[in-house]
Amino acid sequence: MQVASMYFKERAHVKLHDAQLQYNLTKIKGKFVEKRRLALTELDDFEGTRDVARAIRQRALDDLDVWLTIFEENARARGATVLYAQTPAEINALVLEIARRHDVRKIIKSKSMVSEESALDHAIEAAGLTVVETDLGEYILQINNYEPPSHIIGPALHKSREEVTELFHKRHGKPRKEGIEELCLEAREELRAHYLTADMGISGGNFFVAESGSVVIVTNEGNATLTTTLPKVHIAISGIEKIVPTLEDVATLMRLLPRSATGQSISNYVDLLSGVKGPGEFHGAEHMYFILVDSGRSEVLASDVRDALRCIRCGACMNHCPVYQNIGGHSYGWVYPGPIGSILTPMYVGLEKALDLPHASTLCNQCGVVCPVKIPLPDLQRKLREKEFERRLRPWYERAALRTWAWVASRPALYGLATRIGIRALRTLADRNGMIRKLPLASGWTDERDMPAPAGRTFRELYAARAKTGATAREPAGATR
Amino acid sequence: MRVGFFVTCLVDLMRPSIGFAAIKLLESGGADVFVPPAQTCCGQPAYNSGDRADTITLARKLVQEFEGCDYLVAPSGSCSGMIKTHYADLFADDPAWSARVAGLAAKTYELTEFLVGVLKLERVPGTFAGTITYHDSCAGLREMGVKTQPRALLAKMDGVRLSEMAECETCCGFGGTFAIKFGEISSRLADNKCQHIVTNGAETVVLGDLGCMLNIEGRLRRRGDATRVMHVAEVLAGDVPET
Repeated sequence: MQVASMYFKERAHVKLHDAQLQYNLTKIKGKFVEKRRLALTELDDFEGTRDVARAIRQRALDDLDVWLTIFEENARARGATVLYAQTPAEINALVLEIARRHDVRKIIKSKSMVSEESALDHAIEAAGLTVVETDLGEYILQINNYEPPSHIIGPALHKSREEVTELFHKRHGKPRKEGIEELCLEAREELRAHYLTADMGISGGNFFVAESGSVVIVTNEGNATLTTTLPKVHIAISGIEKIVPTLEDVATLMRLLPRSATGQSISNYVDLLSGVKGPGEFHGAEHMYFILVDSGRSEVLASDVRDALRCIRCGACMNHCPVYQNIGGHSYGWVYPGPIGSILTPMYVGLEKALDLPHASTLCNQCGVVCPVKIPLPDLQRKLREKEFERRLRPWYERAALRTWAWVASRPALYGLATRIGIRALRTLADRNGMIRKLPLASGWTDERDMPAPAGRTFRELYAARAKTGATAREPAGATR
Repeated sequence: MRVGFFVTCLVDLMRPSIGFAAIKLLESGGADVFVPPAQTCCGQPAYNSGDRADTITLARKLVQEFEGCDYLVAPSGSCSGMIKTHYADLFADDPAWSARVAGLAAKTYELTEFLVGVLKLERVPGTFAGTITYHDSCAGLREMGVKTQPRALLAKMDGVRLSEMAECETCCGFGGTFAIKFGEISSRLADNKCQHIVTNGAETVVLGDLGCMLNIEGRLRRRGDATRVMHVAEVLAGDVPET
């Protein structure tokens, strides 16, 4: 996908003033936040389960090379082919090579965010093949001229039902359907024929299970089941970090994934696919491929933001992020939005192209407390801020302001003098209500807010005066505003 | 019991009355309050902007000033959280300083947490009459675990009626330099918070962090709303600022 993360502020500005989007975004709280809260009450020990889930993911990452080797052996033993893609371009090249090998004309796809990294659909179409997205959200985006997804589990979350009604009417040429169920049925009618005529199915993968060489796919629409079992060829594409050692680990993670994501105790469908269709078996592809994608992941593993690789893509961090809730996913400018995106995007596309993202957070840590695998998201954002500072990627004036403040604050006498002068100067800007309407060099604050003016004397000077006169605990005159 | 009072730079510069109110509360609970005279800033602005070296300089200075006290108390969840939960990260490679930082972190408290948990304050010195709504600041809530303490203290005041607003735990959008770098997003978050405050209808919004206070008060006034904004220390001490 084209990177637009360098335009974060401009994009956020547009989204903040998009009334339809703002209305659509209000649904996040009911749809995800409240449902998750209720679903977690079903667990006897959410914190304990989180600790175990964190440990499972960490164990996989600590010896990732070993688990990948075990996965490879077990997948091969079941007749699958395991391939690695180092770059997004390699994902596309591998898919097209497999398509050629099996004379594929039409490809159906269930949801895969990793394939968004490489804009796989565009590469497939450029090669003259047909590709059809079967996840309802992805399908909506595909028929809307490949609009980018705005959420990792609800890619068309930014759209209202009314917008989908119009889109379906325009694209399918059928009478407008108003109800969600009718819309789903219309999408199903459109998609059914494709399932039956496709030569190849591409899916993502929520987990790769080392001990069995399987892929686990979590969906609500059943489209992944059809995509991976009806065509003769199945390719599962996901990141190398999606390995988990055992099936029992999957069972534990599945207690948290649907609950954290959509507030479901369990998703409608969980596919566990192991190898090709065997003799006498009814279901399954004849040819099965795994494309395990690195594309920046081993660099993340070697960095100080490696905890981000524990992510199981539930989306809870973005659902609970006050910034995401107000600007939506498109503002972030790449595949992964929200708090986790503010780590992964700079790491995968380059920090220079996404300078704002690690800063686009109040560090409120709402994301950190909801993350089912305890990724310390604000700490990781701060680590990337440190990298930007070290590499001098921040504006000179920001750097100068910070360094000056720290220089002054480490010299108490100078600090005392400078702050006494500074706040008196600020005080002169106050209106009669004690508010500053316009702050020089800080219009970001005062464009839409007042700045309450300082009281006029610092605590330090008032306290020193009190100590001198031996006053009691009463504050001296002039301490209040 | 020698309590080192960390005023915090924002209180020092913007609203010293909060510092005096906090001292009054600590003294009313029997604490012997000591205010290290050379204190300045905990280093959080530098830390959250990625300037690690300057943060370390300021952190060392603060540790030296306060480690001789039995406790460090600050009228801020954000600044106490910086010391208690983030200083350790700065000195991970330095065993000697690591130990000193751990020692200080263990005795660092947010004001209301200290009043309830350590001083076990029975009576609060101030009087206050009116309906209030409480905004939980992010660092206080999620780093320091401050949630019940301010409410428990406010419940001791006869005239106070607490009316919880919707989404009282959602960030107000301050976020330090975020408020200036992403002013438009920050203002929207502040506006959402103000909307909840106004809908709630309380006469006064009370909170425990000056950053949130400046942000919420600033946005309320720009909206033309006169709802009073007070630090919890001011309410508990009965030091009602003139409006």
